[in-house]
Amino acid sequence: MQAIQARLTYLFRSTKGLILVAISMIAIETALFGMLSGPMAEFGVRDFVIRVFGMKLVEAEREGRIIILYHSIAMAVVAIETYMITGLLKMKEFYKTAVRVLITVGYLMAMVFGMGFAYWGHNWALHGLYIAGLTLIFFAGILLVVALWPWSKEVYQLDKAYSTSKGGVDIERVAFFTAGVTTLASVIFGAVPGSYFGNGFEVFLAENIIRIPEKTVMEYSIIGHLHIMLALIAVMITLIIGRWLDFKGILHKIAMPLMILGTIVLNLGVWGVVTPLEPIAHMVIYVGATPSMLAALMLVIFGFGKFIREGTAGIVRPTFGQKMAALVRDPLRFGPLWQMIFMNFTVSGIGILMAVRLDEIFRVWPAREERIELTGHWHVLSAIIATIILLYYGDIIGLKGKIRKLYGWSIIILSDLAFASVTIFEMKRLFVSEAEQQPLVNTVMYLIDFGLGMLLVILALVLIWRLADLFKKKGRWAEEQEQDDLSAEVK
Amino acid sequence: MKHILWLSLLIPLLLVSCGSVDLNAAVPAYETGVDPEGWVTIPAGEFLSGQHNDPVAIDYDYEIMVTDVTVDQYADFLSLARADGSIKIDGEKIIGFYPGDEFNGVKHEEKIDAGDWLYIPLDDPSQRIEFTSKVTFGAKEGYENHPMTMVTWFGARGYCDYYGWRLPTELEWEKAARGTDGRPFPWGNEILLNNANFYSSQDPFEDMSSFGSRTSPVGFYNGKTYDDYVTLDSASPYGLYDMAGNVWQWNGNVYEGMHYRFMRGGSKDTYDMDLRTWVRNNATPTYASPGVGFRCVR
Repeated sequence: MQAIQARLTYLFRSTKGLILVAISMIAIETALFGMLSGPMAEFGVRDFVIRVFGMKLVEAEREGRIIILYHSIAMAVVAIETYMITGLLKMKEFYKTAVRVLITVGYLMAMVFGMGFAYWGHNWALHGLYIAGLTLIFFAGILLVVALWPWSKEVYQLDKAYSTSKGGVDIERVAFFTAGVTTLASVIFGAVPGSYFGNGFEVFLAENIIRIPEKTVMEYSIIGHLHIMLALIAVMITLIIGRWLDFKGILHKIAMPLMILGTIVLNLGVWGVVTPLEPIAHMVIYVGATPSMLAALMLVIFGFGKFIREGTAGIVRPTFGQKMAALVRDPLRFGPLWQMIFMNFTVSGIGILMAVRLDEIFRVWPAREERIELTGHWHVLSAIIATIILLYYGDIIGLKGKIRKLYGWSIIILSDLAFASVTIFEMKRLFVSEAEQQPLVNTVMYLIDFGLGMLLVILALVLIWRLADLFKKKGRWAEEQEQDDLSAEVK
Repeated sequence: MKHILWLSLLIPLLLVSCGSVDLNAAVPAYETGVDPEGWVTIPAGEFLSGQHNDPVAIDYDYEIMVTDVTVDQYADFLSLARADGSIKIDGEKIIGFYPGDEFNGVKHEEKIDAGDWLYIPLDDPSQRIEFTSKVTFGAKEGYENHPMTMVTWFGARGYCDYYGWRLPTELEWEKAARGTDGRPFPWGNEILLNNANFYSSQDPFEDMSSFGSRTSPVGFYNGKTYDDYVTLDSASPYGLYDMAGNVWQWNGNVYEGMHYRFMRGGSKDTYDMDLRTWVRNNATPTYASPGVGFRCVR
């Protein structure tokens, strides 16, 4: 009994245990529900899974199911980021504990009961518990921003190497705080129309109404919500990675105010879509995205410079090759920053091209082609964030030597292969006609399936290893239980 | 060694992806027994519309074609219309008059002025209409009873208009497809591979390793067995065929503030979710595709 209690204490009371549970839950959900669509449906796996698990799938409820699926995965990701933030930043123990308890119970309720409601018939009690789970997460968010309050002397930054105000306010903490507050505000933009549409179970996917010129306020609200929430998750992970890599110096001093400015303006732009300012909202969003992306660029420049300096420390005049070798020496540290760069090819670049040439190119295509482009675009962004989390997690669990390199490079190469293929698939109409597309479609589909499939296999191996570790009396879990403070592991 | 391994993986993949598609690959010829000249009457009354089954009334009877317009039928139309000057040949394009839309200057809206607009492109490799005799039009061999594709909204409207008919509105189309009981598919609540021609439905007309999916003859999914391929009778409650899958079907609505035209039904190139009767697709009225056809109402 004590042994079980010790494991549960690790899994639900330590930073690393909580992250492990959340990653495992996402992995299980992805593996199970990923078998209901795409190539798995073509292979007949979907029908098998539906039969074996006794799922009740009504055609008219597909969109509703997908929305609950997205939310339950997103909530677990938000929980992981919250564990990381509460592990990295100074805060009172009460808040740290309360936030973690609430968000853990919240995302588990949202995931278990939400999916139960969506895929196993309409038990409205489950729907109520799903909403209760989301509410707990929201409440955890309120406590988190209270805990992150930056204008308190106990959390002032005294080291002038970091971005601070004249009085010592930690500007990076302000950036975290801003992202937290705006996340809470942006939640409202989903919650209100969610209640309006959801009570009658009248849902829609935003990508299906893009071309309708007259949208209701509620529809605009949903569209704004889904865009900003993903953007804020991206902002948070950028800040987390910055803290992990001990981002500081002049670039930090420039980047943090930019990140705050970008976050606020980006939010204002997105919120603006439900106001009479809608016609200029996109312009505001571009204006907001630019400083945020510049801040991320500065983190990348800082990180790459740091890796090169550390990797060539003993060399008087390092050659270009030696610098490059130093840069890529540790895939777990190089990877997250590289993924931020790679995102520009597969997400930001495509988004900018769409914005600039919308009427000339994308709106000439049928709506379905544009829908493929849009859904591919944000699936890739979500997945890139997931890979960054997995790379950081690889460091958290102390992977070393060849395993560290294998894990890190596999995630980078396999995911980028898949994401690049998705991008080609999205944009295929630029270079191949409908009638002649099949060989290209086959190739990119194989690459996507291979990349993502192998990525899931690697994740499964890690999780099996961690599961086996829990059976050891003094396994790695016992060590990790004592390593609650992630700030002590800043690289 | 590592480089060689990677190259040996990548080169075949690139070669496969750059492979050309034989658009003239032989197509199986099947007679379905469904008459493309047939019409059915849809009685006036209420039906459940859209994903959320909203009650909507259509207060008049109307007739709708049992199948999509076939290549043969469209070729006959072109021959007649060319003879009486209703259409023109402009290089490799067939064009015809359209009276234009009201322009409201809404964001992304494009002007559709009165004038000659593209009906079908003749030079597209996917075109199933031939004009080799330069006098009359004909169907490419094997495609006579397949739905007419590579036809723009103007071309679809032009066909119906020529005979005094019109394209169905979205509501008319949906009611004809699903009847009055709110079913998602014309034949019922679930879709099986043998119900319709959709992406990777393993029908005799597709080869996903080369040319992908192709159209099936109109009325193909009528419960008959073709060689070894068994179809399920997938008619709508009113006896219409191909209201889900095979080709998207142009609808007639012209909405204020937008130049896009809507389509229903999903196609050979879409997953089953797009075959649900309420799913909409849209494109510019000059868009032509191997996966888009139409039928008329009167």
